[in-house]
Amino acid sequence: MDYVNLRRQAASLRKGLFDQGYLDEQFYQLEDLQDDASPNFVEEVVTLFFRDSARLMANIDQALDKCVKDFNKLDVYMQQLKGSCTSIGASRMKTECTAFRECCRDENIEGSHSLSILNLCMRSFQKIKREHSVLRQKLESYFQLLRQAGPVECATRPNK
Amino acid sequence: MVSQEERELHVLAVDDSPVDRALISKLLRSSKFRVTSVDSAQRALELLDLESNVNMIFTDYSMPEMTGYDLLKRVKGSSELKKIPVVIMSSENVPNRICSCLEEGAEDFLIKPVRRDDVSRLCNRVLRC
Repeated sequence: MDYVNLRRQAASLRKGLFDQGYLDEQFYQLEDLQDDASPNFVEEVVTLFFRDSARLMANIDQALDKCVKDFNKLDVYMQQLKGSCTSIGASRMKTECTAFRECCRDENIEGSHSLSILNLCMRSFQKIKREHSVLRQKLESYFQLLRQAGPVECATRPNK
Repeated sequence: MVSQEERELHVLAVDDSPVDRALISKLLRSSKFRVTSVDSAQRALELLDLESNVNMIFTDYSMPEMTGYDLLKRVKGSSELKKIPVVIMSSENVPNRICSCLEEGAEDFLIKPVRRDDVSRLCNRVLRC
């Protein structure tokens, strides 16, 4: 197997994640924490993130499906999701979470009522779901390449 | 002879988010602490009841049922626990919240994501390690 090529692909995929804004510098912090004692720390945390974010998103989905107009509750769920995004450096997801929370808090739209805000929230949530799905796909590919390339692979920071 | 376990300082990490719990635990272990992590303030109090050797507590602020602030008040209100330094963590920078926690006796209030430097700084200041 061409390990050099695999490592090159992994590095390229990783660079793309930063260049396209999917990840921010918090992801470097995760990588810095990876060591001999926890050689798969980054992948483990990312796996935890996708498991937990799926749960949080299911809660939000359920609340939106029931046309829950308790925007405070929606905001609480989204705060949790945004927090997790921040912790792993999921930058684009974090941005969409912020936008969603703005919808929940927006009481100033002229002529607005809760149904309009709910629709805005739903549209915003669709964006979050898309970002979540894309990020998941890209990170799964990245970690798969790293596994195939073997343990010698050391992620290096792209030049800033 | 003192065991390694006894030499290591013991930190209790409290966070309902599994991601943040993994992160803070790793940060603290990288700083050579022995770490116990729990997912709620209630579990933290149960553990504190059983274990007398917790040297520091890092707790999230926003948790369901009992917040980190509630936990802080319980710790500082207890004659057995009040000397344990408590650090609050939050993803939200809310000045009133920060003031309340510091007034209640929190050692510090960290905005997430918590960094290695935050832990080192606190460790040096609070535990002199």
